Amino acid sequence: MSNLLVLPILIPLCSAVVLIFLKEKLPLQRLISVVSAVLNVMVAVILVQRIHVEGIQTLQMGGWMPPYGIVFVGDMLAALLVLTTSVVGLAILLYSFRSIGEERERFYYYTFFHFLLVGVYGSFLTGDIFNLFVFFEVMLIASYALISIGGTKLQLRETSKYLLINIVSSTLFVAAVAYLYAAVGTLNMAHLSQRVAEAGQGGVLNVIAMLFLIVFALKAGLFLFFWLPGSYSAPPSAVRALFGALLTKVGLYAIIRTFTLIFVNDPGFTHTWIAWMAGATMILGGLGAAAYHDIPRIFNYNVIISVGFVAFGIASATPDSLDGAVFYLLHDMLAKGLMFILGGIIITAAGTDQLKAMGGLIKRYPLLGWMFFALALTLVGIPPFSGFAGKVLIIRGGLESGMLTLSLIGLGSSFLVLYSLIKMFRLAFWGNEPDREYPKVHIRGVTVLAAGLLALVICMGVGAEQVYSYVSQAGEVLVSPALYIEAVMKE
Amino acid sequence: MELIMAVAVGILFTIGVYLILSKSLLRIVLGTSLLTHGVHLLLLTMAGLKTGSAPVLGGQGETYVDPLPQALILTSIVISFGVTAFFFVLAYRAYQTLGTDEMDSLKGEEQ
Repeated sequence: MSNLLVLPILIPLCSAVVLIFLKEKLPLQRLISVVSAVLNVMVAVILVQRIHVEGIQTLQMGGWMPPYGIVFVGDMLAALLVLTTSVVGLAILLYSFRSIGEERERFYYYTFFHFLLVGVYGSFLTGDIFNLFVFFEVMLIASYALISIGGTKLQLRETSKYLLINIVSSTLFVAAVAYLYAAVGTLNMAHLSQRVAEAGQGGVLNVIAMLFLIVFALKAGLFLFFWLPGSYSAPPSAVRALFGALLTKVGLYAIIRTFTLIFVNDPGFTHTWIAWMAGATMILGGLGAAAYHDIPRIFNYNVIISVGFVAFGIASATPDSLDGAVFYLLHDMLAKGLMFILGGIIITAAGTDQLKAMGGLIKRYPLLGWMFFALALTLVGIPPFSGFAGKVLIIRGGLESGMLTLSLIGLGSSFLVLYSLIKMFRLAFWGNEPDREYPKVHIRGVTVLAAGLLALVICMGVGAEQVYSYVSQAGEVLVSPALYIEAVMKE
Repeated sequence: MELIMAVAVGILFTIGVYLILSKSLLRIVLGTSLLTHGVHLLLLTMAGLKTGSAPVLGGQGETYVDPLPQALILTSIVISFGVTAFFFVLAYRAYQTLGTDEMDSLKGEEQ
C-alpha cells in the first residue's frame, strides 16, 4: 500500500476544480496552475525514487484486495512516464502563459489542461482495464474541450472529426472489455494476465487482442493515423504541444501494457501485426513529413513516425528493444514537447505557418535557429542527444529478433525525419527574407524556456547511463510479467 | 433471451454504423449514440442474463447475478451521455459558424 500513487491524480484534479471558480482572476489561475504542476514534478520524482529502491508500489482503492476492486500500480514504466509527463506538462504550461491568449485563458483553458493531465496520469497508473477506459475518457473529454476552445472555423471543422473517431474507438474499447470479461471473467490486469495464460491464448482471445490493438492504435496513431495530421493542426501551438507530446504516448503506453502483460502468449500472431503496422506507420509518416510545407503538418507526421518506431520496439519484444522502446518513449515526450514549442515560437516570429512564406529568420533570431538545428539532431538520434540510446537499443533488438526489413525501415525513417526538419530549417532560417514585414514580437521568455527543455534533452542524452539504470528496471517488468503479477496479487 | 439480446445488439450496431456513414452531422451524432447503446447492451448480455437472484437486496438465493457489468454500464452510460451532449452542442456551433452540416463540405485543406 502506498498512498503516494494517488497524488499525481489528486493534485491536478483539485487544482482543476478550484480553477473553475476563478474564471476572471487570471494571475491567480496561472499561479495555482504552476504550483500544481511543480508539486506534481516533485511527487513524481519521489515516486520514481521510491520504486527504484523498494520495487513496484500498489494501492488498493477502498481496501478491496485484488482481483476485486480497482488497484493502482506504480511500476517503473508508469512512474517514469508520470515524471516525464509532469516535466513536459510544466514546460507547456509556462509556454501557454505567453502564447494561448487571454480569451482562451478566461474560458477555462487551465481547468481543461489539468483535467487532461488527470486522465494521462490515471491511464499510466491504473492496474484495471476498465479504469483505464475511464481515464482515457477523462483525458479525451478534456482534449475535446481543448481542441475546440476558441471556436475558430478550422477548429470546429476538425473537432467534429476528432470527436467522431474517438467516440467510435471508445465504443470499440468498451466492446473489447465486454468480450474480455465474458471470456476470462476479470478486469484486473495482473489477474487478466494469469487467466489469459491459463485459458491459452487461442482464437477468441486473439480476436479480443486485435480489437484492443485497433482501439489503442486509433488513439496512438499507429497505422490508423488518418485523422491525426488534420486534427492536431487545428488548435493553437500550446495545445498542439500537449497533444503531440502526451496523447499519442498514452495510446502507446496502453499497447505496451496490454501486449507485454496480458496478450503475451501468442506473439507470432499479435506481435507480427504490430510489427507490420509499425513498418507502415514509419513509411507513411516519413512520406508525409517529407511532402508537406506547413509546420503543423510536418510536426504531426514526425509524431506519427516516432509512434511507429516505438511500436517496432514493442513488436520485436527482446529485452533490448523493450528497454529501447521505454527510453525512446521518454525521450520522445521531451523532444516532441520541445519541437512543438519551438515550432510555435517560429510561427509567432514569422507570423505564418507556411514555410514558403518564411526565410532569413536566422539573422533575427540566431539562438532560435540553432536550437531548432539541435532539436533536429536530437530527433534523428545523433549522440550526445537523447534520441541516440533509444534508437540504438530498438534497432539492436530488432536485428536480434531477425527483423531486418523493419530495422532498415526504422533507419530509413530517421533519414526522412532529418530531411523534413532540415527542409524546415533551410526554408525558415536560411535564404532571403520575404517581401512582407515580419511581425515585431518578443520571444525572449519562451526562447529561454525552450532552451531549458533542450538542456534537459541533452542531459538525458549525456547521462544516458544513469537514465538507463531506471529504464532497465522498467524493461525488466515488461520482459517478465510475473514481476508485475506478483506485486499486485501478493496480498 | 441472450439470443434476442444479441440480435438487438446487432441491429443497434448496424443502424449506428449506417448513420455514422451518412453525410449529415446530426445523423452522425445520432449514430454514435445508437452505437454506444448497442455496446452497453452487449456488456449486459456478455455477463449472462438473470443467472440468479439480485445481490445484496435479492434475499437468499442459490446463485447471484454478477453486479460488475452493471456498474461498468452505468459508468459508460454517464460518459456517453456527456460526450453526446457535447457532440450536439459542437455540431450546432459548427453549423452556425460554418453554415453547413454536410460532411462533404467540411473536408479538405485550409481555405
